[in-house]
Amino acid sequence: MSQGPGGEAGFPALTGAAAAEPVTRRRRGSLGTRVFRALSPYLLLAPAALVIGAVLAYPVYFLIRLSLQRFGLAELVTKKGTWIGIDNFTRLFHDEQFWAVVLRTFVFTAVTVGLTMIFGTLIALLLARLGTFMRVLLSAGLILVWATPVVVAVNIFRWMVDFEFGVLNWTLTRLHLGDFLNKDWFADPTTGFAVITAVVVWGSIPFVAITIFAGLSQVPAELVEAAEIDGARRWQIFRDLTFPLLLPIFVILTSLSIIWDFQVFNQVWLMRDGEPEEDYWLMSVYSFVEAFRLGEYGFGAAIAVVMVSFMLLATFVYLRQMIRIGEAR
Amino acid sequence: MSRRRLNRIGINLLGLLVFAVMVFPVYWMVATAFKEGRNILADTPQFFPSPATLSNFEDAISRPYFWDVIKNSLLVVTAVVAFSLLVGFLAALALAKFRFHGRAAFIVLILGVQMLPLNALIIPLYIQLSRAGLTNQLSGVIITYLTFVLPFTVWTLRGFMLGIPRELEEAAMVDGSTRFGAFVRILLPLVAPGMVATSIFAFVVAWNEFLIAYVFLNDAEKQTAMVWLAGFTTTRGTEWGPLMASATLISLPVLAFFLLIHRKIAFGLTAGAVRG
Repeated sequence: MSQGPGGEAGFPALTGAAAAEPVTRRRRGSLGTRVFRALSPYLLLAPAALVIGAVLAYPVYFLIRLSLQRFGLAELVTKKGTWIGIDNFTRLFHDEQFWAVVLRTFVFTAVTVGLTMIFGTLIALLLARLGTFMRVLLSAGLILVWATPVVVAVNIFRWMVDFEFGVLNWTLTRLHLGDFLNKDWFADPTTGFAVITAVVVWGSIPFVAITIFAGLSQVPAELVEAAEIDGARRWQIFRDLTFPLLLPIFVILTSLSIIWDFQVFNQVWLMRDGEPEEDYWLMSVYSFVEAFRLGEYGFGAAIAVVMVSFMLLATFVYLRQMIRIGEAR
Repeated sequence: MSRRRLNRIGINLLGLLVFAVMVFPVYWMVATAFKEGRNILADTPQFFPSPATLSNFEDAISRPYFWDVIKNSLLVVTAVVAFSLLVGFLAALALAKFRFHGRAAFIVLILGVQMLPLNALIIPLYIQLSRAGLTNQLSGVIITYLTFVLPFTVWTLRGFMLGIPRELEEAAMVDGSTRFGAFVRILLPLVAPGMVATSIFAFVVAWNEFLIAYVFLNDAEKQTAMVWLAGFTTTRGTEWGPLMASATLISLPVLAFFLLIHRKIAFGLTAGAVRG
């Protein structure tokens, strides 16, 4: 990542790399042909590198630069920010609100990732034991949930928890779990976040469940049978056999979930009608409000920089696992 | 009945319960969309729409800008699919069929890019686009979405190409075919399923995305279907019937396509993880 995208694309090294390419042993060809062959992978990569560079690499650099500038609406017009060093960060770290938001984001991520992984694993284990018909039915249901766009999902959940005519309040009251008639779930941020967590976890479970199920089906059946003959219990088989075998998948899924849930924005924003109260701010929301509502682009960028730094750890774990798998092949 | 049989029935009943809980929200959207207004705002929820009505759907499609935003979304999606296939195919070809300096670095880059928090990049992207005069233009949104989907496209197509034995290509060349001829006749048909999968993935991502379109596109007639749907709530309060009907209509293409490709997606992100 530290390397620019296609950083070497402009300087195809004059090495034996291309000559090692098996096709060349067929015929050496003229000098022109050989140069073309050495260049061709870079030419093929160039468009992708260009797009990724323009839309990702440069903005990352620009984000860091912005975070060190005073860049407000006036600067947006004049197109030039004022360099102020780490003032944005100093202000941020002395901001009590910021630390509350950071804490809230960490708790939110831990809860959503934990619930997603637990329910995803349980459903995957369930899928593995179901009959064919139920397995196909449940997988189709999971895919249906997976495909539901976030904007749609949030609107459905808003409707289900509607304080007056929502199906949730009616059901909970009918189940004698208390008096939920006309209960406004968003009056209190704790119950409000319960709804937001529900919509995030609901949407994240299918990917986790289906991926773990796919992994489970690759575990050799003989191993499980042997363990059963030796009298191992189901829980022991999972803990001592299945889980260690699937550990790479669990590592990848957990780090992916952390990365996705740490930057949750849409669910909060849409659930609160584009005007989330301060009690509902997560880091992404805080950054967005500062930048696009208050016009403090520099300060918003500083928040985003801190957010990305927190996420680098999870990214690192994911990348290391993926590279390790790649090497094993 | 034996205990084993009972056990199996219990498991399948549990499966049915999980299915019902997971699918209920989607069912509730569709059911509400078909209900009459007075049955939507009822003290006791009506679990099956009777009498069913299409009036919510008629209301939805006759709302201002409905057809504009559908047209915009289709335009964005088509462009993203076409460009991602072209650019992704070339990059995958380089990664799968050539050995060159920087190859490993590019693969790590592709994987790392997937992990970049795009919500964090929205500020610099917006300022860049406003400098380039590309805000409120679909092209800005298209370029950004293209970057979202490229890593997956490259990764998946590369996987498909790696699966093609080199002997097949060489056999074609022995038969007098040029390298390009071998490519068209051997490689392309074999990679076709991968291209279908990645183009549907690009479709779904571009169709579902909200934040980028929300920030980049200001005018009502320039927006995408998702931004339009999100605005539905804020401007019109709680007209749940038409809202659920619109949500149903806008979800339909995605649901259909997703059913076709879900296996490829789970595979693409964790391929080979067990063997590692």
